Amino acid sequence: MSVSQPAFRAALLDPAMPAPNGLSDGRGAPAQNRFDVYRNNVTVALVDALRTAFPILRRLVGDNTFDQLALIHARAHPPRSPLMMHYGQDMPTFLEGFEPLAHIGYLRDVARLELGLRRAYHAADAAPMDPQVLAACPPETLTASTLHLCPPVMCIPSAWPLFDIWRFNTEPGAPKPQAVAQSVLITRPAFDPLPHALTLAQGAWMAAIAQGGTVGAAQDAATTQDPDFDLTPLLTLLLWQGAIAGLTTPKD
Amino acid sequence: MLDATLTPPRLPAAPGVGYKAQHFNALRDDPGPVKWLEVHAENYMGDGGRPHAQLRALREGFDISVHGVGLSIGGAGPLDPDHLNRLKHLVDWLEPQSFSEHLAWSTHGAEFLDDLLPLPYTTDTLTCVADHIDEVQSTLGRRMLLENPSSYLAFDESTWSETDFLAELVRRTGCGLLLDVNNVFISATNLGYTPEGYIDAYPTDAVGEIHVGGHDEDTDETGAPLLIDSHGRATAEPVWTLLHHALSAVGPAPVLVEWDNDVPDWPDLRAEAERAGAALALLAG
Repeated sequence: MSVSQPAFRAALLDPAMPAPNGLSDGRGAPAQNRFDVYRNNVTVALVDALRTAFPILRRLVGDNTFDQLALIHARAHPPRSPLMMHYGQDMPTFLEGFEPLAHIGYLRDVARLELGLRRAYHAADAAPMDPQVLAACPPETLTASTLHLCPPVMCIPSAWPLFDIWRFNTEPGAPKPQAVAQSVLITRPAFDPLPHALTLAQGAWMAAIAQGGTVGAAQDAATTQDPDFDLTPLLTLLLWQGAIAGLTTPKD
Repeated sequence: MLDATLTPPRLPAAPGVGYKAQHFNALRDDPGPVKWLEVHAENYMGDGGRPHAQLRALREGFDISVHGVGLSIGGAGPLDPDHLNRLKHLVDWLEPQSFSEHLAWSTHGAEFLDDLLPLPYTTDTLTCVADHIDEVQSTLGRRMLLENPSSYLAFDESTWSETDFLAELVRRTGCGLLLDVNNVFISATNLGYTPEGYIDAYPTDAVGEIHVGGHDEDTDETGAPLLIDSHGRATAEPVWTLLHHALSAVGPAPVLVEWDNDVPDWPDLRAEAERAGAALALLAG
């Protein structure tokens, strides 16, 4: 009796299935407990990886709920790459359809933020641009230019107080989240990703830039959200955090 | 078959440890007898950041062994070309002293199951594994070491012993072997043969590296001992004894202490490395 890898794999991820026929303990006795070692190894490894990936989500829902959720998720969505550092990409979508927690809307955004922080941690290194270049750029040129963000830099849009939720669950004594929409900007000045709260208008500006829009187009997107939008605080933050790698002017 | 002129520098016949980020400072300040480090390839396949920076710093002070856990060399399907390219990129910039992988499978189609799963030892699986090793060695342009698995069960369809299977892979591909004596002890206990007999039948000439590490003890439904390869504690006494037996057969070799879970403070891991060093010294003396 030969045991195919598809048969082995199917029984690994389905605890209701018996061990495939054709396996023994090496002395002729059946190998159910022994097969269960592999089954246990796989599920423990995947659940552990999700615990590592989503510490705040775990804190929010509690250890027991998280472990149950992680086991269901792991069996339904095994990794699609050996790069376990990125495992959990499907978690936000999975949470949307996970009935017991569907009423807690912000969990998906927390999962997106935690994925973003990991992606930023492993993103490529890039030297930030010299702020003087930006300062020397005439306003009409800047408006028609595109900015290149450093690889770790990204913005996680949210209709929830996402930054405050992150802070409340990572910083002792942080204030309780208030009912306000916050997008989160992730920067990585050295090696540790750092989240920052953005207003809706700032989030719209970042989204436009990240999509390759010009500074002028990003300004338009931001003023749609807030007619009084002032770019200065956001641009100062981006330069201070070394988040901009360079710019392409219309002449380039 | 690999061109022998492509063989890269070897690891020193000295103790090494599996690298854990929490030991970064201790390794710089107080490495003890540790001359080389093993890193898991997949942990350094991100694009940059701290993992890469630490690895660049570590290679200044230590020889490096890149140990893959995701290539699925024992997989029935083709190797993942994207993953093989990521591995080549890592090996090209890091220029490690060694690259090793496992006689196991871990992917099923596009799925990665994050465990080292067993394969039957048949003439068909031998051909498949040999083809995969050829592909890895020709892509990387270097000899690789293949590690024996820790086994919890046997396949009725197997027609080769594990030691003969490994010896034939060495003969066909020119690869070297990573002899994990903890895995030998685990498999021998679990499947009912003697670990010394396994090592006596093993192609020791091909060994380029030895592993020791900790395991957990359990029993199966018949009450038979079932050892689990946990890497979560100190190396067990019988495994140290088996290391002496292995070293007498292999000669001086790089010996790695693996401790991947419940990672201890540095002095405890250093003490394990000292014990590996003492085993090597006993051989030399």
